[in-house]
Amino acid sequence: MRMSFMKKSPWILHYDGTSCNGCDIEVLACLTPLYDVERFGVVNTGNPKHADILLITGSINEQNKDVVWQLFNQMPNPKVVVAVGVCATSGGIFAECYNVMGGVDKIIPVDVYVPGCAARPESIIDGVIKAVEILEEKRAALVKRRKKAGVRRARRPVTLSNMFLIEKGM
Amino acid sequence: MMSRSAIGVLLYIFLGPLVGGLIAGIDRKISARMQGRYGPPVLQPFYDVLKLLSKESIAVNGIQNFFIFCFLIFIIFTGSLFFMGGDILLVIFALTLSSIFMVLGAFSANSAYSNIGAIRELMQMMAYEPMILLTAIGFYVVTRSFNITDIMSFETPLVLYLPGIFLGFAYILTIKLRKSPFDISMSHHAHQEVVKGITTEFSGSTLAMIEIAHWYENVFLMGFIFLFFVWKMPGSWLVGLAACAFMYFAEIVIDNASARFKWQLAFGSSWIVAAALGFTNLLILFLMK
Repeated sequence: MRMSFMKKSPWILHYDGTSCNGCDIEVLACLTPLYDVERFGVVNTGNPKHADILLITGSINEQNKDVVWQLFNQMPNPKVVVAVGVCATSGGIFAECYNVMGGVDKIIPVDVYVPGCAARPESIIDGVIKAVEILEEKRAALVKRRKKAGVRRARRPVTLSNMFLIEKGM
Repeated sequence: MMSRSAIGVLLYIFLGPLVGGLIAGIDRKISARMQGRYGPPVLQPFYDVLKLLSKESIAVNGIQNFFIFCFLIFIIFTGSLFFMGGDILLVIFALTLSSIFMVLGAFSANSAYSNIGAIRELMQMMAYEPMILLTAIGFYVVTRSFNITDIMSFETPLVLYLPGIFLGFAYILTIKLRKSPFDISMSHHAHQEVVKGITTEFSGSTLAMIEIAHWYENVFLMGFIFLFFVWKMPGSWLVGLAACAFMYFAEIVIDNASARFKWQLAFGSSWIVAAALGFTNLLILFLMK
């Protein structure tokens, strides 16, 4: 089997939903000299098409649900979602607000939940490292599924036949 | 028996991406250390590209991946012409063509962000083209040849005759290496960009091709610096390599020490530099002869 480099270069897309910005600041703290996530190959990219991990802080509300859905769908497979802080996991202190729908998993599938209010940089990094392992599992599963179906690589969207592959999650 | 030019081409095609990727890795490490961080492993650029190859490639438009493929092929063609010791004018024209392919790819994706990146890339090309041409003319005026093999076997280092042109070239080298303050169309640093500039719409293996093309391009650009410092003496390639290493280090320092220019300033200043340093240098050479 081919050696995988998925674990060595996770590129992150960070999105901040309804929150107090506390977790947001802690995510950025991970990039600073004290924590420096780049030593794990992590790059904070601003582009969903380059990202492997979607890192969401804050809860989902009626305004941003479409944005989060869009961002998730624009990311190329394989991909994972990390919900950072209690707001992203369950809605947290904002859960009862009239416009808040709840955690990120109300809209998209979440792979890793990072607790905390605000989540500490150490636990965010821990969550990312867990996410990287899931990312590798997803890649292996994807390769297996493609092999079974006899396709080398899905390119989307372009043709009808590819649409069929995408529906099957390839 | 293989000729020297064939060896040059083969070395470039096979070792070019290895050297280029290693330079990129060392670049990231030194940048991190300058910012007080530990930094990624030196082989990180290779990990990135190998990962990108195993990702899904999302294309809005089938042709955009083809344009990027052409970009890679023509960068390799440009560098091969250079390292086989061909005509420097042809090298410059091939370089322009390859950059145009990248711009076409970004335009064909039809997204607002990638269009902004493409327009900015065109601005940058307009900014650096005159100085690159002046460099070739400078080489010709001194050595009476556009042929790279002839230029390399001149009896004194060219930088002694062409100090102004060398400084002018160093100025636009920052644009070509996509370093701050001239990383207008695409920045390697996080969140300095309108999404991700010219590369916004490329993902997976297409983005990997762009990265590999940049490695090839960087090696070829260092070759240009090399030309200024190499002369007929057998050991002089060491001087050339030392000059390349010093110039690249200087670029990293500039990259980390400066904020991005507006395009007006980037464009205007590079033409002023080309006129003030490059053209004056040529004028003095004509007067001396």
